Amino acid sequence: MITTFGLPQFGFLLTGLQWTLALTAIALVGGGIAGLAIALARTARNPFLWRSTAGYIALFQGTPLLMQLFVVYYGLGLLGLKLPAWAAVAIGFTLNASAFLGDIWRGAIQAVPHGQTEAASALGLRYAARMRHVVLPQAFRIAQPATVGYLVQLIKGTSLAAIVGFIELARAGQIVANQTHSPLLVYATVGALYFALCWPLSLYSARLETRLAVAAR
Amino acid sequence: MGHSLDFSVVYDNAPALLWGCLGTIGLALAGMALALVIGLLGVLARASRFAPLRLATVAFIELIRNTPFLVQIFFIFFVLPYAGLRLNPTVTAIIALGINGGAYAIEIIRGGVQSIPRGQVEAGLALGLHRLQVFRLVVLKPALRAIYPALTSQFILLTLTTSICTSVAAYELTSVAQRIESDTFRSFEVYFSITFLYLGMSWLLMTGFAAIAGRAFAWPTR
Repeated sequence: MITTFGLPQFGFLLTGLQWTLALTAIALVGGGIAGLAIALARTARNPFLWRSTAGYIALFQGTPLLMQLFVVYYGLGLLGLKLPAWAAVAIGFTLNASAFLGDIWRGAIQAVPHGQTEAASALGLRYAARMRHVVLPQAFRIAQPATVGYLVQLIKGTSLAAIVGFIELARAGQIVANQTHSPLLVYATVGALYFALCWPLSLYSARLETRLAVAAR
Repeated sequence: MGHSLDFSVVYDNAPALLWGCLGTIGLALAGMALALVIGLLGVLARASRFAPLRLATVAFIELIRNTPFLVQIFFIFFVLPYAGLRLNPTVTAIIALGINGGAYAIEIIRGGVQSIPRGQVEAGLALGLHRLQVFRLVVLKPALRAIYPALTSQFILLTLTTSICTSVAAYELTSVAQRIESDTFRSFEVYFSITFLYLGMSWLLMTGFAAIAGRAFAWPTR
């Protein structure tokens, strides 16, 4: 009894794709909020703040994403937290995204000319108003291409949840490949689905970069 | 909390873990070497006068950069046997790493090559150098100097990516750790410890790359 790769199997892949999208969305929102806090702390004058966030970023950029997922996944269990698999994995991705987005936005904040901050101070703006109305709006514009680029990394990264056993697109592909004994067809389909998600974003990121380069000229 | 931390499992398996580190470094270096070869050939193919070759190279780059490594390694793992090649998991992993790293390397090296002013190439040709000599001496070396930071950070990323090769049971640190975990059930202790081994390895590589840059790219050019 051999199942062939038909519509039900493709439907199963699409269910996995939904989880890939959900994981990406959670990590992007959570990581975005935490990443902003990290970027601000990283550019702060307080040495404790910028040193500790620099360490946080170095830790997440210097270790494999898979290890981060494993440590969070088993670490939460060890703390006695009985979380469903998707929540544990989502926390792992959120932490990772916060470090990477924090570093991207740190760079963008530092790329805003210092004269802008000085002018804002001269106008009597305090730190919060200065950041909100002067520095961050410009920084986000600078950070756009890299942020969209990181989104592609994030979508591809969610595939690692498969190794922890969570059923998203890559794991769904593994299951269907084992069922149907046609790994070539199944993995090509899975790859095509990822490509359909990531390629437009990559093109968009490249376009944003060109536009930014033109604007800077 | 019905479970207390016990790191003795890490000490007891220290030799196996260190061998795993060597496996990871070996896998990473082999992958980097292959990626560099693919990167250089890819840059030439990308600039070819033969349009289909150019298009195929661009398609390869976009395809690899926009799909997850995990799917790529599974695909290669199952494609090769169809092509009649039965390779062991570690060799499969090196091929997958080389292909993945190669796609990024092409774009990085191309950026460096494009930063060389056209006049410099013309000057080289006017001096009577062969086209390949111009590419190697006038274009490649200054280009490599320009892209070295980007290329090495991509290579460190590739080293971290080797952990995914555990999914085809290649010999490297994560697969060693998974074996220890399944024997001892000390998942957190094992993965927590090897996370820092990875951190150490990426620092080691960063230092090594910086040392190589100091020697190979020191001004003035020899």
